[in-house]
Amino acid sequence: MTDAPRLEKPRSQWRDVWVQFRQHRGAMAALFLFLLLAAFVVVGPMIWRIDPNFIDPDPVKMIRLRNRPPSWDHPLGTDQLGRDILARMMFGGRISLAVGTVAMLVAIFIGTTIGVLAGYFRRADGLLMRLTDMFLALPLLPLLLVMMMLFAEATAAVVGPRLGTFLLIVLAIGVTSWMHAARIVRGEVLALKEREFVLAARSIGTPARRIILRHILPNVLSPVLVAATLGIAAAIITESVLSFLGLGFPPDFPTWGRLLYDGIDVIRTYPERVIWPGLAISLTVLSVNYIGDGLRDALDPRIRGR
Amino acid sequence: MLTFTLRRLLTAIPTLLLISLVIFLLVDFAPGSPMSDIPLTVPPEVRQKMMAALGADQPVMVRYLLWLKQFFIVEPQYALDAAFGTNFADGAQRIISWQSKVPVFQLIGERLPQTLTVVGTAYLIGILVALPIGIYSAYRQYSWFDQAGTFFAMAGFSVPTFFTGNVLILIFAIKLGWFPTIYDTNLSVMDWDSFVKMIKQMALPVTVLALFNAAEISRYTRSSVLENLNQDYVRTARAKGMTERTVLLKHVMRNSLIPVVTVIALGMPTVFGGAIVTEQIFKINGIGAALIGAIHVSDLPTVQTITFIFAVLIVVFNLIADILYGILDPRIRYD
Repeated sequence: MTDAPRLEKPRSQWRDVWVQFRQHRGAMAALFLFLLLAAFVVVGPMIWRIDPNFIDPDPVKMIRLRNRPPSWDHPLGTDQLGRDILARMMFGGRISLAVGTVAMLVAIFIGTTIGVLAGYFRRADGLLMRLTDMFLALPLLPLLLVMMMLFAEATAAVVGPRLGTFLLIVLAIGVTSWMHAARIVRGEVLALKEREFVLAARSIGTPARRIILRHILPNVLSPVLVAATLGIAAAIITESVLSFLGLGFPPDFPTWGRLLYDGIDVIRTYPERVIWPGLAISLTVLSVNYIGDGLRDALDPRIRGR
Repeated sequence: MLTFTLRRLLTAIPTLLLISLVIFLLVDFAPGSPMSDIPLTVPPEVRQKMMAALGADQPVMVRYLLWLKQFFIVEPQYALDAAFGTNFADGAQRIISWQSKVPVFQLIGERLPQTLTVVGTAYLIGILVALPIGIYSAYRQYSWFDQAGTFFAMAGFSVPTFFTGNVLILIFAIKLGWFPTIYDTNLSVMDWDSFVKMIKQMALPVTVLALFNAAEISRYTRSSVLENLNQDYVRTARAKGMTERTVLLKHVMRNSLIPVVTVIALGMPTVFGGAIVTEQIFKINGIGAALIGAIHVSDLPTVQTITFIFAVLIVVFNLIADILYGILDPRIRYD
């Protein structure tokens, strides 16, 4: 420390990560695109104030408003009931992104809990990993479809059709997609558990709960972050697949997947009704995947600073 | 190797049993079963008879064990009988679809060929496209070819198949009119004309599925080849004066394809899952369409059986992948 003035300023880890992330041109473009899409669905409805479910009560007007081509009043046209497609796209995007995010949170919560328990407590390891293996061997798409069919009415009766479907989809996707996160976290915890700082914490009598919360969880954050990003993309796809197969949200509660499903009936006459939602799903998922890729590179200390 | 195989086989049995229990109970305990859909105007004794006719008045465990017995003992017996003209089954009760009152396995037997033709061809083409792309991407890392390959792969598993499928229908079937939009299941290949017709109707679904598969496999191939390119034996081979061609195609490829082979085996069941969506887009009358149809009318035996067949496929292909890995890479064997 003799040459004090030449010392570099201390840098935080997240600043390093950001600097590395900016190197990844694809991820930066994806981040920009994703923010644009997020602004479209979050801020959009505040500017474009048309109710996505508004059907003109006057039948003559309603029939005149049906299936209109793009105009200044309706930039993307109207659908077969005279509803504004732009407003429906914004509203649908909100639901799709919300489903993706919440389902990812559910999956990451279950996965991290099981991964930490399995990695930290030797006795639980065998059982929990057997459980994980079993879930990995389940045919997930058929099971999801079965769950949607069998439980849709029951949940709708309890909390109403919209919230019921939302909760059911989010829980179903979360419960069937936590396994990779659990495996990654378990591997990390197994390695971290043998490190000196955990030994030090344990030797001064820190209880297991606090070791996990204070010392282990912050250190598994980076792989969990990457898994979470990729999880959003997977959840959005799964939700739209369910909607596409007609087992997702009801028609008055559109998501991008549902809009696409509704558009297929009229694909010959109005192909744009399939193109817009499909494009929105694809761009969202593509950008989220690219962001995940860039995050993985940025969070990997072996690559960082190269 | 034999003990390794045997041990893997033995661990697969409890997994399968557990999965079958999970699937059976999930479907059975769900509130939306057809038992609850019998109208209230039906008198109780008739309702009793209806339940008894469907076998639904037995306790859950009895029905589960009966279903297991039918799945693992009775149905293979019928298969043997049909193949060799024997009489093992002796008229035992089979798993009957509630919707069409025919044995579920007969239904599956009718649907499976369509699925296998489309899915099999698509997987094969996907692999054939993915391997060269993956290998060349790794060999020329960060070149424009690699960048394009990365983008192609990213797009391949980001763009959902139901969108690519519909875009292809829109362009090639509706606008250009080159291919039919609907898959004709009754078409049998007899001569050149029907063969051309078959190729035409398979072109779009196969393209959609192949694109999706190729994206994933090419990524795995690329990373596996990349890992091997930095190994010492590659430097040795080059130092011996071997041509790049021999180094890449003989030395590197043999080693780097080992994990790819297992990924290909592991991916098989997922492909069947993806075929559910593709069959829906192109109206292919395959096993996925049968599942969706059965789900919409709450045909529980069919749903349980097809779902469990998917589970069996996953477990079997996991087993195949493990054993293949053991055969191809002697370092992996645990014995």
